[in-house]
Parts: sequence; structure tokens; C-alpha cells
Amino acid sequence: MTTETINSKLPKDWKTNIDDAWTNHKFDMKLVNPANKRKFDVIVVGSGLAGSSAAATLGELGYNVKVFSYHDSPRRAHSIAAQGGINGAKNYQNDGDSVHRLFYDTVKGGDYRSREANVHRLAEVSVDIIDQATAQGVPFARDYGGLLDNRSFGGAQVSRTFYARGQTGQQLLLGAYSALMRQVALGSVEMYNRTEMLDLVVHDGAARGIVVRDVISGEISAHSAHAVVLATGGYGNVYYLSTNAMMCNVTAAWRAHRKGAMFANPCYTQIHPTCIPSSDEFQSKLTLMSESLRNDGRIWAPKGFDDARSAGDIPDGDRDYYLERKYPAFGNLVPRDVASRNAKTVVDEGRGIGPLKNGVFLDFADAIARDGKDTIAAKYGNLFDMYERITGEDPYSQPMRIYPATHYTMGGLWVDYELQSNLPGLFCIGEANFSDHGANRLGASALMQGLADGYFVLPYTIGNYLAPQLGDEAMDTTEEAFVTSMQDVEAQTQRWLSIRGTKSVDYFHRELGKIVWDRIGMARNKTGLEKALDEIPSLKEEFYKDVRVLGSANTLNQSLEKAGRVADFFELAELKARDALHREESCGGHFREESQTDTGEALRDDDNFSYVAAWDWNGEGEAQTLHKEELESVHVERTQRSYK
Amino acid sequence: MGSGAGVDLRLTLKVWRQDGPSNRGRFETYKLEAISTDASFLEMLDVLNEGLIESGEVPVVFESDCREGICGTCNLMINGRAHGPQKGTATCQLHMRQFSDGDEIVIEPWRAASFPIIRDLAVDRSPLDEIIKAGGYISVSTGAAPDANLTPVPKEASDTAFDAAACIGCGACVAACPNSAAQLFTSAKVQHMNLVPQGQAERWKRTEAMVDTMEQYFGSCTNHGECHEACPKEIPLDFIAWTNRDYIKSKGKNRKLAGQK
Repeated sequence: MTTETINSKLPKDWKTNIDDAWTNHKFDMKLVNPANKRKFDVIVVGSGLAGSSAAATLGELGYNVKVFSYHDSPRRAHSIAAQGGINGAKNYQNDGDSVHRLFYDTVKGGDYRSREANVHRLAEVSVDIIDQATAQGVPFARDYGGLLDNRSFGGAQVSRTFYARGQTGQQLLLGAYSALMRQVALGSVEMYNRTEMLDLVVHDGAARGIVVRDVISGEISAHSAHAVVLATGGYGNVYYLSTNAMMCNVTAAWRAHRKGAMFANPCYTQIHPTCIPSSDEFQSKLTLMSESLRNDGRIWAPKGFDDARSAGDIPDGDRDYYLERKYPAFGNLVPRDVASRNAKTVVDEGRGIGPLKNGVFLDFADAIARDGKDTIAAKYGNLFDMYERITGEDPYSQPMRIYPATHYTMGGLWVDYELQSNLPGLFCIGEANFSDHGANRLGASALMQGLADGYFVLPYTIGNYLAPQLGDEAMDTTEEAFVTSMQDVEAQTQRWLSIRGTKSVDYFHRELGKIVWDRIGMARNKTGLEKALDEIPSLKEEFYKDVRVLGSANTLNQSLEKAGRVADFFELAELKARDALHREESCGGHFREESQTDTGEALRDDDNFSYVAAWDWNGEGEAQTLHKEELESVHVERTQRSYK
Repeated sequence: MGSGAGVDLRLTLKVWRQDGPSNRGRFETYKLEAISTDASFLEMLDVLNEGLIESGEVPVVFESDCREGICGTCNLMINGRAHGPQKGTATCQLHMRQFSDGDEIVIEPWRAASFPIIRDLAVDRSPLDEIIKAGGYISVSTGAAPDANLTPVPKEASDTAFDAAACIGCGACVAACPNSAAQLFTSAKVQHMNLVPQGQAERWKRTEAMVDTMEQYFGSCTNHGECHEACPKEIPLDFIAWTNRDYIKSKGKNRKLAGQK
């Protein structure tokens, strides 16, 4: 482990003048003049909120953009599934919100493990995102005067969340997708659907392009550019069961890591408190019920152990509204990490409900009595319908059963303030980077960060990297770095087909997920993490010997695609365990049982761990090297987070 | 029902298998024992594929991603109906409690000449993107937007625009239509944008371009209404009527607007 300083390119005046730091930094960065932008090629991988918004904006500016997505259409990216909303410090509700308050809430919510300068910029541009999306025709909820409505979300005491029923992610993504398609029509963006990035090409220490596989024909091809932008989402599917879509994976980011990009804070994972509990061993994913439900739903569990009565038969005196009891100020709206850990405690105590005793109640009876069924249906109708389709139970007449599930990953590729990795020319945006949420993300902030990065940050910062390269051609793909990379990808593809083992890729993914959930889940401890570091490599060894991938490489072969992704999850899982083991403190989504307060809350160790852990690849089978980026709290005082 | 206390079903599946776009396809019959009524339809297919892999057979290709009814990736004809028997429900949200012990289930890919089969149950739906490319956007470059509350939008208009914008682009409307028209998909996007003030500047141009592009790739609408029946988001047929109105108007409006130049 080393502790050398990392240059995070923070704005020069962030400590003295954070309000203007981003504005001043923008002025200091080099520009590419409008006529010269067409001389630069930029590759964007991923078409979710971050990727689509970045590609559209870069196209509008005049860059030559190529977008790669493994979906059949950019609109399918998993940003589409975000339900609750997007934060914006507009203060339209006149309830005391401000850029500074959103900044403060986000830094605190992230348990002081984020860069203040980044978070402040995020809060600043949040207001522009709402304007941009509205102009695109995003049908945000409105009140009867025709103005925009807001609701409150966990970790905040103001109403700053803009929403479009329970489908805010869908509407924002369709906005970004439409902007992207407009650029495709204009010819500034070229779209490569059903194409998966399998390697990053690095030459002379800088990113030069990517190698991709056409998932239909199996053809492997190389693409070069002046800069590569990864917008490939999070790694939550390392748990197998998560709220992520089936295809979400870490492959693009991980292949970049293997080529020298540092991977930061992999142990920071957000476990979302309100998901439908799993019902059987065939379960393929867990479905999230929006956090917005906690605005009107009350969370409770029976006071007694193994209470088998149905919810309606349990009188009020036998119910424990444990969040309201323990956190009177925030009640059911405590941040996600706090709500999740408390649900786990209740279930571990033996007070869980449902046939598998693996959930707690989220009850709308009081809200329905107060506001009427119609009002509740107008707010949450689609979520209630979804719940009923999945469980066969009617949430209007009996409480929902919920339990935490892996949802979002705060860790990701390390990037500096300009969203560039330690490899020049490689940028990383959205959930795929580690940048803005610290150790825990607040609700309605993922959409905000993805769009902030894509619309309002990267389009400026990328110019600062590109400007000095004016006149340089992008590297020729017939050069050795590209040829070697293509050969490696080809060999790896063939390798999966040649193992001819006995067990499916899904079998190994499920088994890996169990280890990661048990050992690196909602609560972690030294013994468990050391076991994980034992179990993961041995399962990985079995995977490489015994996986069965049938079919061929020159056709649509979903097992073959998955094999490569699961292989990367194995390596990520190991790093995640190592990161969790080394961080001997609790912070946000990382809860070390050895480090808690008397009342069981996460206890930070600021003296020893107020840094970003950025891990550097050392080659196959070697442990990564740790680099530390020290974090300073200048504008927000560090306290023990309290929501009481 | 539900509550993790599922009952096991025995099922016979007839699944369309086809190695590639130019290969001849065929139905294969598979028997499944003990599928829980709590499983989703796609989890049932996961179980089928696990079994196929175990016995050395290449698994069935079918597409899905979010498995919560919003990304629009999943696309199966189940017993002849797009997305199966449950109304307003995408394939991925369909659960096995909709079926009974001993059922035979026929599973096919989307049926439409404009959606050629790639392999087994996967089809190519890229013409839908072509329709969006033709005008499914409001031309506002990043940074050019005024304050979001500058233009009040009547709540009713905004809500109706949302009803249209809820389309997930799965293509069930095309698969269900006897003419393989994409009128519901196209109208949903046209009306989402035509109903809000921000979309007025390009209203007529958008309508004409998107409808004309739709006609290039897909059949024409003759008001069967099968699209609405199959739509997992139950997009109302009104949008088709309004788009037809806007389309006719657009033919004149676009000339008139051009004449103003």
C-alpha cells in the first residue's frame, strides 16, 4: 500500500470561494473553438442518462461522436427504471432550499466521504438540469396552476424532488434519448447498438480507443478516438440479486481498470430499503418500490417474535413503528443506509414478516384514511399495480412487504474533478465513476448526477483535454496496440467456448452473489471479509474450469456474453472484499460491525479513513495497490450523522 | 395467492426456435415440472434454459433486461397474444399465477415483417428508432433552456402528455396489429410532444415526418384497436385519432409555414 498524493485537479479556490469555484475553473480551462470541434473524435460507451446526455451535448457542440450500447436501442439503458425523482435546488416550494443546502445534505448524506468541490458543482448545475429536461418536454408532475410540483425524499427536510409519477428515470432518459436521436439524425453522432465494449486500448499511457464485439454477428472490431468516455453504470449485479437490470455489469469499467485506470471505493454499495422480498430460489432480480412511498407509508414490524398474524389482525399496541420511534425528526424519511440497516436488525431479531419472515411492513392504511384512496392512487398507482402483479397482494387493503436489496454503487472508476481517470483521455461519468456521493447516495440524486455529468460538466472538461491535441489524428486502428487488443478479446471469447464444463454461467453468478451478499452486504466484519477473500478465488477457479458455454461465437449467444461479465464480477468481488476489509470504519453504505456507536449507528474514523481508496491494477492474480486521496472538510463540519 | 406460498405447476412449452434470420424455424416442445406460481414468466424460461444447458442443448434466446416492465426489451407472443394474457402487463411482469397446472404455452417472437427474427425469440426492432429520429424530439440544445417554471403547463395537458410518454417502445402494438402498423407507438411520441407548449414550434413538421417515416417501415393503421389491447402501458387510442387530425392539418400547415419564410 502506498499513500502518494493523487492530483484530483480541484479548482484552485475551492477552499476559499466554493460558490464560484466551478465558474472560475471553467474560465481557466482551455477551449476548442467551434470550427475545430469537428476535428475531434469522441467515443461514448453506454447510453443511459449520463451517456445519452453527454453524447447529445457533445454532438450539439460539434464533436464527432460515436456511441456504443449493448442494447437494441439506447432507450433501454437501466436509467429508465429509476422511479422516484430528481433533486434540483430550485426552492420552488419556498421551504428554505438552496444550492448550499443541497450541497450540505449531499455531503452529510454521503457521510463526509465525498469531495466538497464536486458536490457543490453538482448542486449548482442541478437547477439547469430541471430547466433542460422541462424544455425537452419531460412531463414532470405539476400543480393545478401549471407549475412544477415537488416532493421530499430521504435525508432531506425540504421538498426539492421533481418527479414524473413513479417513472422519472424513464421520462428523463427519453428526454436525453430524444436529444441523442436528434444528433444521430443530424449526423454528429453515430450510434452502434448491440455492440459491447470488451477492451480499452491504451498507448503511451493514454486511452486511444476501444475494442468491441457485435453481439449479433460476433464480429470484433476496433474504434479509435481522441477521448473515450465510459458511462456504463454501476456494479450492483455482483450480488446477482439486485434491483439492477439483468444485463448491468462492470465489464467496461473493469477492462479499463485492467488497463491501468484506478478503481475507487468498491466497498461502497447502496442497499435500498424498500424492495419486494425474494420469494424463491429462481428469483432473477429484486424489484424496487420507490423511496417516495416512504412519504406516505409507515414502516413497522410486530413487536413480538414470529408473529404469524396477518397485518390487519395486529393491533396498534403490538406494532413497532421502529423508524418513527428511533428517529423522531426524520421518521420514515431517514436516509437509505439507516432505513436498510434497521430493517435488517428487525429481521435478524426474528421479527420479520411474510412466509419467509424476510420483510417488514410498509403500511398505507393511515394515508388512505387521511387522504382517500384516490389521492394515494394518483401518487403511487403504478407502483401499487406493480406490487400486486409481482406478489399477488393488494397494497390498498394490506401493507406491502419490503426488504432491502442492492441498488446503487457509489464506488467506481476514479476520476479527477474534470471527470478524467488517471489515464489521460479516459473519462468516466454517471454511476460508473465514484465521484459525488461519498459513502452513501441520497434518494433522487443518481439521476441528478448522471445528467449533471453528461449535460453540464463533461462537455466543458473534455475540451480542456482535447484542446492541446489540435492537429493530431486519432490513432490508426491498424497499429499494434489495437491489433493486440483485438487478438486478446478474440482469444478470451474462444476460451469460454473451449472450457466445456458442467455448470451454467448463471450457476456461478448465483453462487458468487451469495458470497458477496453474506460477506460484503449490509453489515461486514473482519472474519467474514477474510472468508470472502478465500471463497471468491476458489469459486473463480472452479468457474474457469467448469463453466459450460454452449453454441458459437459468431451468433447471438447470451451465455457467452454473460461469461465475460461474470468473470469480471469475480475480480471486482475480490477487490470489494479487500477494500471493505481495509476500511476499518463504518461510513454510509459501508457498515463494519466492529465500528458502531452505542446505539448501533455507523461510526466513522475520520482520523484514519477520511480518504478515497483508489486501487491500481497490478496484473492477473496480484493484489491491487492502494492509493489514497485525502478528503478535506472545509465548508461542511463533520459530525456524527444524526437523523434523530 | 402469492405471499411466497406458490403452488407448483407442470407445463408443456412450444417454443419457436430459429438459428438465424435466413434459417428455417420450427417449434420445439419442452416439458417443465414444478414451476412455482410465484415465478415470473421469464424466470420460468430461465429454468428452462438451465435445464437445456445441463442437457447440452443450446439455450433459447429471449430478450429482457429490467424485468420490471419499463425498459421495453422483453417481447414475446404468448399463446398468440403480445405479452401474454394479463392486460397492461409486459412479459417480464407476467407471473405464473396467471397459468394453471397442465397448461400448454406457445411462445413465439413478435410477428411483423418489419421486425425480422435475429435468433429464436429475439427480433430486430430498429425501425422504431428511425421514427424517433425523424422528429421525436424538441430541438433544444443543452444550455438553451429557460427557467422551468417560465411556462405554466395546464395540469390536464401535462398529465395527458404523460399518458402518451409512458410508452416503453416494446413494439407490442406492431406485433398485435393485423397490418403491423406502428401507429400507437408513433402517435404516443407525437402527442407527448404536441400536447406540451414546449413542443409547439415543431408540431406540424414533427407530425408529418414521423408519420411518413412510420409508413415507410410499417403497415398502415385501419383502426382495429388491437394495439391498445396488447399495450403493456395501455396507451389510449385517442392519441391515434389526434395524430391523424394533426397529420392532415400538418400537410397544409407545413406549406403555409414555409410560405411565411
